[in-house]
Amino acid sequence: MEFVQYHPTGLPGTGILITEGSRGEGGILVNKDGYRYLQDYGLGPPDPWPRNKAMELGPRDRLSQAFWHENQKGRTIDTPHGDVVHLDLRHLGEKRIDECLPMIRDLATSYVGVDPVHAPIPVRPVVHYTMGGIDTDIDAKTRIEGLFAAGECACVSINGANRLGSNSLTELLVFGARAGLGAARLAEAEVSHADEAAIREQAAAGDRVGRLFRNTGGGESVAGLRREMNATMESGAGIYRTEESLSRSCAVMNDIRRRYADVVLEDKSNVYNTDLIQALELDAMIDIAGAVIVSALARRESRGAHQRLDHERRDDEAYLKHSLAHYVAGEDPTIDYRDVVITRSEPGERVYGGAHK
Amino acid sequence: MNERHVDLEILRYDPETDEEPAFQTYRVPCQEDWVVLDAVNYVKDVLDRTLSYRWSCHMAVCGSCGMMINGEPMLSCKAFVRDMPDRIRIEPLANFPIERDLVVVTDDFMDKLASVKPYLIPREEKAIEDGAHVQTPAQLKKFKQYTLCINCTLCYAACPQYAHDQNFTGPAALALAHRYNLDSQDVGRGAREDVVASNAGIWECSFVGACSDVCPHEVDPAGAIQQTKIASTVDYFMGLLTPERDR
Ligand SMILES: Cc1cc2nc3c(=O)[nH]c(=O)nc-3n(C[C@H](O)[C@H](O)[C@H](O)COP(=O)(O)OP(=O)(O)OC[C@H]3O[C@@H](n4cnc5c(N)ncnc54)[C@H](O)[C@@H]3O)c2cc1C
Ligand code: FES
Repeated sequence: MEFVQYHPTGLPGTGILITEGSRGEGGILVNKDGYRYLQDYGLGPPDPWPRNKAMELGPRDRLSQAFWHENQKGRTIDTPHGDVVHLDLRHLGEKRIDECLPMIRDLATSYVGVDPVHAPIPVRPVVHYTMGGIDTDIDAKTRIEGLFAAGECACVSINGANRLGSNSLTELLVFGARAGLGAARLAEAEVSHADEAAIREQAAAGDRVGRLFRNTGGGESVAGLRREMNATMESGAGIYRTEESLSRSCAVMNDIRRRYADVVLEDKSNVYNTDLIQALELDAMIDIAGAVIVSALARRESRGAHQRLDHERRDDEAYLKHSLAHYVAGEDPTIDYRDVVITRSEPGERVYGGAHK
Repeated sequence: MNERHVDLEILRYDPETDEEPAFQTYRVPCQEDWVVLDAVNYVKDVLDRTLSYRWSCHMAVCGSCGMMINGEPMLSCKAFVRDMPDRIRIEPLANFPIERDLVVVTDDFMDKLASVKPYLIPREEKAIEDGAHVQTPAQLKKFKQYTLCINCTLCYAACPQYAHDQNFTGPAALALAHRYNLDSQDVGRGAREDVVASNAGIWECSFVGACSDVCPHEVDPAGAIQQTKIASTVDYFMGLLTPERDR
């Protein structure tokens, strides 16, 4: 769960995504001095044309990390919605932009008031994708008999520590189909599937809803706790992490988990109650945030989307492993590990830019 | 950043407690770059947790945040507060039953979408070993515009014909049928004809064009319906001339 992908080019404030396609067409990323800073981070040389695995077409984790460093060096641009760099498409010309990137022109013009034909688009890394998820086998089966998972909520492990763009298609079409077929087969085969433990758990979950409805004291708000969670996850478990930042966020999240017990529903209706839905979602997100932090704390190395400033090297000896977080009610999850099975591709040095042919 | 106070008049309705829908007004401090959805989210997060509405992407691609905004069907995530007066009236999409507050029941629309068989009906199944399905850019261009529909149902909320007769298959579903009919990989036009060319289908449309005016992705359902009318008319006369022709 410690691997969370940042997409390097989102709009500030809204986080609206500016597709990799705009860099694929030849868009360039520049800092406040108009300099293509990616060449300083092992991604150059800066050819004028787009080249796979180099510069702007480097991997998402490296690009997001480069932004972080530019930001530390004070070479990003300050805006009311946070620091940005510029994605410049102007040299592509109006015709090409309208033909290949009409949606980007529309999004940038509407949401940040910048027409990319005439001005560079302000962008920054935005949280994009959770590589971890519910542990499944290649038939989308989870450890709970009869429960299947597929898509972003699942972790069938086609992504590793740094997902490639478009892999969701595979996750949804291939493993979604497997999950559906598997579930249908199971339903056909088993006439009655009375799992007493599961039913008891269901009843307990039902009471979770009841408790929220009945709660009167406390007065914590869902929106307030959610904001605090976002802030601490961004600052403590974001693009770069340290023991100290993660521990700080861990303490904040434990506090938020405690305060969640005081969430009061204003909406008591049984019809389309989004106050209830948001409270339940927050409950689940608190658990997930805990799993991200605790597995990130335990992984004392840097790999893909998990970068530790206090453990900068990748350590295959100790950590060529999947972290497995196990839920413990009301507390931090426990972590154990499973070895990564290497099939066709041996783990190697990740080399980009000029050195790569 | 500049802040401006805007009064949102939101139509509220909870079937468990309310006889009928009624407006409730909220004063919201809006940022310069906000869309109406941001203002509604402010109400939900700060002023009133009981307000229900749908949204997801905040970037005009999921199609879930449609509302009547000052009487016009719009995506609330693409409707900018800076373009609006100081009082904004927000109601659930017209022509649909209200489920709760700004949430409408879309079952009828979902049924209509399914009724036009919105999927490829190929001439013959092709095995994976037989390679890719090839389509030229020119073949794609024929229907690409109609693939951009996000099922936001703004066109149903704008359509006077659907308001008048809910049997009408309606703009988005007919445009989607047209999309598949135009696809070089598809031979399903005959199979769709029952629904598309029925009385409740294309012939019901009186070509007001309101659907195309409100479409956030310029799909032009009105144009699709007119093109389908022409194609169906040609089919009809071809059918008279060559009655044994297999459709
Ligand atoms: C802006 C953006 C652009 C992206 N672009 C690409 C791309 O170009 N290529 C690519 O491969 N990937 C892309 N991704 C990633 C990809 O879109 C997602 O990983 C993928 O859509 C996840 O699909 P899913 O079905 O697993 O989950 P979702 O699409 O999130 O679906 C989950 C569904 O569950 C529903 N749900 C939630 N809770 C409940 C509940 N309690 N009861 C009932 N229903 C519930 C939700 O409403 C939702 O419909 C992008 C992601 C983002 C954010
Ligand atoms: S929220 Fe997705 S279209 Fe508006």
